[in-house]
Amino acid sequence: MYKPLKKEIVSVLVHNQVNVLTRVVSHFGKRGFNIDSITSSVTKDPDLIRLTIVFSATEQSMQQIITQTEKLEVVESVHVLNRENSLYRELLLLKVEAGPAERADIKAIVDVFRGKIADLSADSMIIELTGTPEKIDGFVDLMETYHVLEVCRTGITGIEANINEL
Amino acid sequence: MKLTGSQIVLEVLLDHGVDTVFGYPGGTALNIFDELYKYSDKIKHVLTAHEQGASHAADGYARATGKTGVCFSTSGPGATNLVTGLATVFMDSIPVIAICANVPDSLIGKDSFQEVSITSVTMAITKHNYFVNRIEDLEPALRDAFRVANSGRKGPVLIDITKDVTAAITEFTNKEPMPLKARPQISDEDIAEAVALINEAQKPVAYVGGGVVASGAEKELVELLEKADIPVTHTLMSAGVVGYDHDLNLGMLGMHGTIAANRAIDQCDLVIALGARFSDRVALNPGRFGHRAKIVQVDIDKSEVNKNVVIDKAVVGDVKDFLTKALPLVEEIKHDEWHNRVDGWKKRSRVVESDAPLHPKEILDIISDKTDEDTIYVTDVGQHQMWSAQYLKHNKAKKFITSGGLGTMGFGYGAAIGAKMGCPGDRVIHITGDGSFHMNLNEACTAVSQNLPIITVIMNNQVLGMVYQWQTIFYDGRYSNTTPERKTDYVKLAEGFGAKGYRATTPEEFEAAMDKALKADGPVWIECVISREERVLPMIPAGKSAEDMIID
Repeated sequence: MYKPLKKEIVSVLVHNQVNVLTRVVSHFGKRGFNIDSITSSVTKDPDLIRLTIVFSATEQSMQQIITQTEKLEVVESVHVLNRENSLYRELLLLKVEAGPAERADIKAIVDVFRGKIADLSADSMIIELTGTPEKIDGFVDLMETYHVLEVCRTGITGIEANINEL
Repeated sequence: MKLTGSQIVLEVLLDHGVDTVFGYPGGTALNIFDELYKYSDKIKHVLTAHEQGASHAADGYARATGKTGVCFSTSGPGATNLVTGLATVFMDSIPVIAICANVPDSLIGKDSFQEVSITSVTMAITKHNYFVNRIEDLEPALRDAFRVANSGRKGPVLIDITKDVTAAITEFTNKEPMPLKARPQISDEDIAEAVALINEAQKPVAYVGGGVVASGAEKELVELLEKADIPVTHTLMSAGVVGYDHDLNLGMLGMHGTIAANRAIDQCDLVIALGARFSDRVALNPGRFGHRAKIVQVDIDKSEVNKNVVIDKAVVGDVKDFLTKALPLVEEIKHDEWHNRVDGWKKRSRVVESDAPLHPKEILDIISDKTDEDTIYVTDVGQHQMWSAQYLKHNKAKKFITSGGLGTMGFGYGAAIGAKMGCPGDRVIHITGDGSFHMNLNEACTAVSQNLPIITVIMNNQVLGMVYQWQTIFYDGRYSNTTPERKTDYVKLAEGFGAKGYRATTPEEFEAAMDKALKADGPVWIECVISREERVLPMIPAGKSAEDMIID
């Protein structure tokens, strides 16, 4: 039976202690969920860390992993980010082969995406770009016409655009 | 007062009323065991043959008493030997605390002798675990462990303490246990909606699990069943919560459940699931489970809702809280037509036996007849376990101790020792098979050392019966590695351990052996020779539904 997969982004507040990331990540693994990306960052409360986890799941299994994750002792709260009402950002570093002949063209694309040339050498450059995951995807696709040497993405971090405190 | 880490461990145990622990010493645990020596008038430490036995003993103790089971081990292999026991209690939601010593902090992470990161190893099979390498973290971790193990859905907690911490000194004061986490509040709307479904139902069935035992709701459950004339079926974990001979009791549900229980779930218009988790041995085909019915589920663990079976009305909370609030609103009613149909199915149950002289049901009938209702039956895992669930005359909660979720062969002897230590006044009968018993029969030495009059009934069919049965039915009789050809002489072996051993090949011999065993003041084994062709029936194959039930 085919069950449509949904990509979800959850914000998990966890206690700032040894092994906390392992606990959450291995919990996802134990329940059979694959994490697409995860970021871990400090919050305004030094005792809490925020994990932003992107994963794919069916509607029912998504509820499962959320309620299962809430049971972990180290988890303070699990919150599914509301897609319409949240801001997501990701940082990209992309190294591309670029001799004198390609530099201007690539620079033009980078400018359209409001990225930066973070490093330049005789035959390559490193581009730095922040934006929504969709914007980063679009940029990476466009760069496929050139010889991309390396791609690094941070994974998504997100925040809801309302007054609520998480 | 100033105390060492080891003294703090024992003082916190005393604060929580712990007077019996199970374990095995070792190099890194020396400081703790030195204190156990000095505290021996307040805390009884039961030395087992193997740490696995200690973990099952702590488990059996917890299941029989309702208190927290505690086990101790040293680092490395001592700690890894606890793993199966912890996984067993994790699956069955039993409060057990494991306290391990580890190498000194200065040696952590250096592949030191007997070093294992047991917190990493047990992350997936504990509710929570703590690695303590600072003395100031020890007392909070210990106190928190009791709170975590007993709050909400109960379960195991492990504390790993570096050896230097067991010797370090800090300030300590005795305190009351921390309050448990607040239970989920059940709203009036939830009660009203669930009760409305119960009052509307024409063909209701209650499906009760281990949660009823954990919340101590047996009395309220029977009140509900009788008030609204609701037939009830139980899981392996809740045998005894309703008396075996109660008019409304349909017996066990699921793969080896009764015809009546499985038919009733298939045909009913309302399933009332109380503290049960729709496991794959109960809801074998989750899409077909109660497929004509609305399903009400009451469970303290929110993640059990919609996990395996889609629920119409979920109430997250303690079963006893729910029943107490719901009972006054439930209408007194009779479901005569439904009752008659269910009774018809009950009459269809029959026992299929081989033509051997001694049958499993005869053994279990004799055991039931010769023991009182306070007797604790402890099983291992396999055919004998299912027969014990089916045929013993279960009358009370906490009197049938078995590894349900994990299905741990070798669970029984350790658990029986724990149960007997916890309930010395109650008779303990350990029912096992020749396969399971060979896994951990070494704990006989513990039963002898402690002089525990545990009667072990070994159903010896010379095969690994449950797997053998599957090979008979599903693998055309290709008996791969289920006919071990063992030549174990159980009578001599029992005597070698310092226990008593008997052998029975007929019901008369078994009765005579039981009579002698019941008078003995130490452990007794009774080997019962049964046929390898005995099967556990009825059986619903994995993934199938009540319609696919194999009856003979």
